[in-house]
Amino acid sequence: MSVSATPPAFVRRWWPWILIVAAALILPVILPPFRLNLLGRFLSLGIVALGVDLIWGYTGLLSLGQGIFFALGGYALGMHLSLNSLEPGQLPEFFGLYGVNSLPAFWQPFTSPLFTLAAIWVIPALVAGILGFLVFRNRIKGVYFSILTQAALLVFFNFFNGQQKLINGTNGLKTDTAKVFGALVGSDAMQRNLFWLTVLLVIAAWLLCRWLTSGRFGDALVAIRDDEPRMRFTGYNPTAYKTLVFTVAGALAGISGALYTVQSGIISPQFMAVPFSIEMVIWVAVGGRGTLLGAVLGAVLINYAKSLISEQLPETWLFVQGALFLLVVTALPDGLVGWWRQGGPGHILAMFGWPPRSATYPGLDLDPSMLAEREALEGPSSSDSARGGER
Amino acid sequence: MTALFDTLFNGLAIGSVLMLTALGLAVVFGLMGVINMAHGELMMLGAYTTFVVQNLLKSGPLQALFPIYILLSIPIAFLVSGLVGLLLEKTVIRRLYGRPLETLLATWGVSLILQQFVRSVSTAFFLGLLAAVALGLLAPRFTPAALWRQRWTPLLKVGNWILALIVGIALGSLLGEQRALHQPWFSARNIDVTAPEWLRGSIDLGGVTMPTARLFILALTALALVGVNWFLQKSAWGIRIRAVTQNRSMSSCLGIPTETVDALTFFVGSGLAGIAGVAVSLLGSVGPNLGGNYIVLAFMVVVLGGLGKLWGTVVAAFVLGILDYVIGSGSLLLLWPSMPAALNGVISFFATTSMAKVLVFVLIMVFLQFRPAGMFPQKGRMVEA
Repeated sequence: MSVSATPPAFVRRWWPWILIVAAALILPVILPPFRLNLLGRFLSLGIVALGVDLIWGYTGLLSLGQGIFFALGGYALGMHLSLNSLEPGQLPEFFGLYGVNSLPAFWQPFTSPLFTLAAIWVIPALVAGILGFLVFRNRIKGVYFSILTQAALLVFFNFFNGQQKLINGTNGLKTDTAKVFGALVGSDAMQRNLFWLTVLLVIAAWLLCRWLTSGRFGDALVAIRDDEPRMRFTGYNPTAYKTLVFTVAGALAGISGALYTVQSGIISPQFMAVPFSIEMVIWVAVGGRGTLLGAVLGAVLINYAKSLISEQLPETWLFVQGALFLLVVTALPDGLVGWWRQGGPGHILAMFGWPPRSATYPGLDLDPSMLAEREALEGPSSSDSARGGER
Repeated sequence: MTALFDTLFNGLAIGSVLMLTALGLAVVFGLMGVINMAHGELMMLGAYTTFVVQNLLKSGPLQALFPIYILLSIPIAFLVSGLVGLLLEKTVIRRLYGRPLETLLATWGVSLILQQFVRSVSTAFFLGLLAAVALGLLAPRFTPAALWRQRWTPLLKVGNWILALIVGIALGSLLGEQRALHQPWFSARNIDVTAPEWLRGSIDLGGVTMPTARLFILALTALALVGVNWFLQKSAWGIRIRAVTQNRSMSSCLGIPTETVDALTFFVGSGLAGIAGVAVSLLGSVGPNLGGNYIVLAFMVVVLGGLGKLWGTVVAAFVLGILDYVIGSGSLLLLWPSMPAALNGVISFFATTSMAKVLVFVLIMVFLQFRPAGMFPQKGRMVEA
C-alpha cells in the first residue's frame, strides 16, 4: 500500500550479509559463554566441511582422511601455544613425564608465531598435495581412493598416538592455559574474539570456495566428477586439477583444526581417528553436497544435534547418526539445501492440494488431463534404470 | 633356525586371521564391487554368536555338546551374519548398486547402528524394536487402502514410521521399568569366549611353540578357503555368480536371476565374516567396536591382492601377516644380530604393534604406487579400471 514497503536497493542486495554481521555482533551478547564457544567450534568445523564439499561435492573424491589435515593444523597451533608462555630454557610439562630433557628438533620452529601462522595451513596443504599427487597420478579413484585415504589416516593416527616422547601421544596437547597477547586462551574475552575470528574466516573460506567453484575451474571440477575419462580425452589433465583441489581442501582443514583446537582447548590423536573423518562427510551430505552454504549449515546443525542428544540421551546418538547416513543417502541425496533449491517445500505443499508453482504455462503444465496424457506417453518413471550392466 | 620358524609360524597365524576376515570381503568387494563398511560389524556379530552359543551350552540339557561348542558356533555364526547381511542387501544395498561412494556411507551408518545395538540391546529394547517394526509394516495392511493412494501418502508413510518409532520407544521404556527386562544382554563391556579344553594348550615342534588355538584358526582358514574356492568354481550357483560378475546383462539375457545371485553373493560374503568372528573370538576378549580394528587392513589385503582374484587375496594376507609380525615384534633383530647400527635404530623405532601398522600401511601405499591394481591385476583394456 505504501511506497516504503519495498526496502531500499542496498538492503535488498546485501541482506544476507547484513543478517550475518548483525548475528555475529548480537550473538556474543545474548548467548552464555559456553553456548557461544560451542557455536564458534561448530562454525570452525564448517571450514573443514567446505573443503570436503570442494573435493567430494564438486569433484567427486570421497576422502576419508581429512582428519589428518585437520589435526595437523591443530597440532601446529597446539605446539606453538604450549611453547610460547614458557620461561627460556623451560620445556612443556609432559616432556618431563617421559624423561625428555631437550626440545625435539622439529619443535624448534614453532616458537615463532609467524612460522606457526604459516604452518597451520602450509603443512596440511603440503601433505595433502604430496599424498594427492601420488594417488591421483596412478589414477586411483572411487572407493580405492577412499580406502587409501583411510589407510593414510590410520598411519598418522598410529604415529601420533604411539609417540609419547615426541608429541605426548594419546593425551594430546592442551591449549587453555596458554597465553596469547597476555590473555589466557581459555578466558571468556579471548573466546569471544576467537568467535569473531572464526566468523571472519568462515566467510573468507566461503568466498574462496565460491570463487573456485564459479569459474572455469569449478566447471572442470564438476566435469571430473561427472565423467573423468571424457575430460581426459578432451585434452585436460585431471591429475593437476584434483591435486590442486585436494591441496586447497587440506589447507582449509588445517585452518579449521587450528580454530577448533583453541576453542575446545585440546588437540589429540582422536581427531585422526576413523569416525571423525567420516562424520565430516555426513555434515556435508546432510547440508547438501555441491552447495557451499549446505556444507557450513550441515556442520553446524549436525554438531548442535550431536551435542544436544549426547547431553540428554548419550546412547541414542549413534543410532541417530547411523540413521542419518542411511536417510541422506537413500532419501535426500542432495541434502537439505539441495532439497530446498529443487522446490522441496513446494512438493510437500502440493501433496495437500496447494497449486505447485509453474515456470511456464500453468494452464498447460498442471492440467490433470495433460498430466495423465504425458504419463501415458512417457510411461511411469523407472526406478530401476540406474542399475546398469557395467559395474 | 628356530627363530626363523617361530617368525614364520606367528606371521602365518596373523596372516590366517587376516585371510579369514578378507575372504568375505574378497567375495563381496572383489566380485560384486560392493564396498561394505559394516563387514567388520558382521564379524563382531559372529564373535557375539560364539559367546551366546557358549553360554547356552554351558549348562542345561545340551551340556554334553559343550566341548565342541566352537565347532557348532561356526555354522550358526555363518547363518546369523549371513542373514543380517542378506537383510542389509535387501533393504539398503540393493538401492545403491552402481553408486559405490553412497554405498560406503550407507553401510558405515549401518555399522554405527549395529555397534550401538549390541551395546544397548536388552529384552525391553528388543521388544520395543519388534513392536515398532511390526507397526510400521502392518499399519498399511489394516487401514483403508484409499489412504495409501493419496497425493500426501508419502507424508503419511513417514508419519506412520515416526508413530511406530514413538510407540516402540514408549513400549521399550515402559517394559524397561522391569529390572529383569532392562538388563542389557551384552552391555558395552568386552565379552570373553573361553576356548574349550582341547584348544588351550600348545604343541611343541622342533622348539617352536604353536598354540592350538592358532593352529585351529589356520585349519579353519584353509577349510574356508577350500570351501569358497569349490563353491565359486564348481557349484552351479558359484558359476552363476562368476557369470554375473563378468557380464551382468549377458547373464541376465541367458536367464540367470541376477537379483538372486546378488543376494546370494552377499549372503555368502557376510557369512564368511561371521566365521572370521568365531576365529577372532578365540584370540582374546571382543567388544562392540571389534570390527574397526580389522576392516581397513582387510580392505588393504583385497586391494593389494587384486580384485576378483582369490589367490591374490591369499598371498596378500600372508605377506602382510608375516610383515606385520616381523616388524612389530622386532624379530628381524633376532634373525640378523649383526645388523648395521643405523638400520637397527630404524627397526627398533617401528618395533611396536602400532608403529608396525604405520610401516605396513606406508609400505602398502608405496607398493600401490608401482602396481596400482595390486599384485595380480585383472587383465583388460577398460578405461575405467
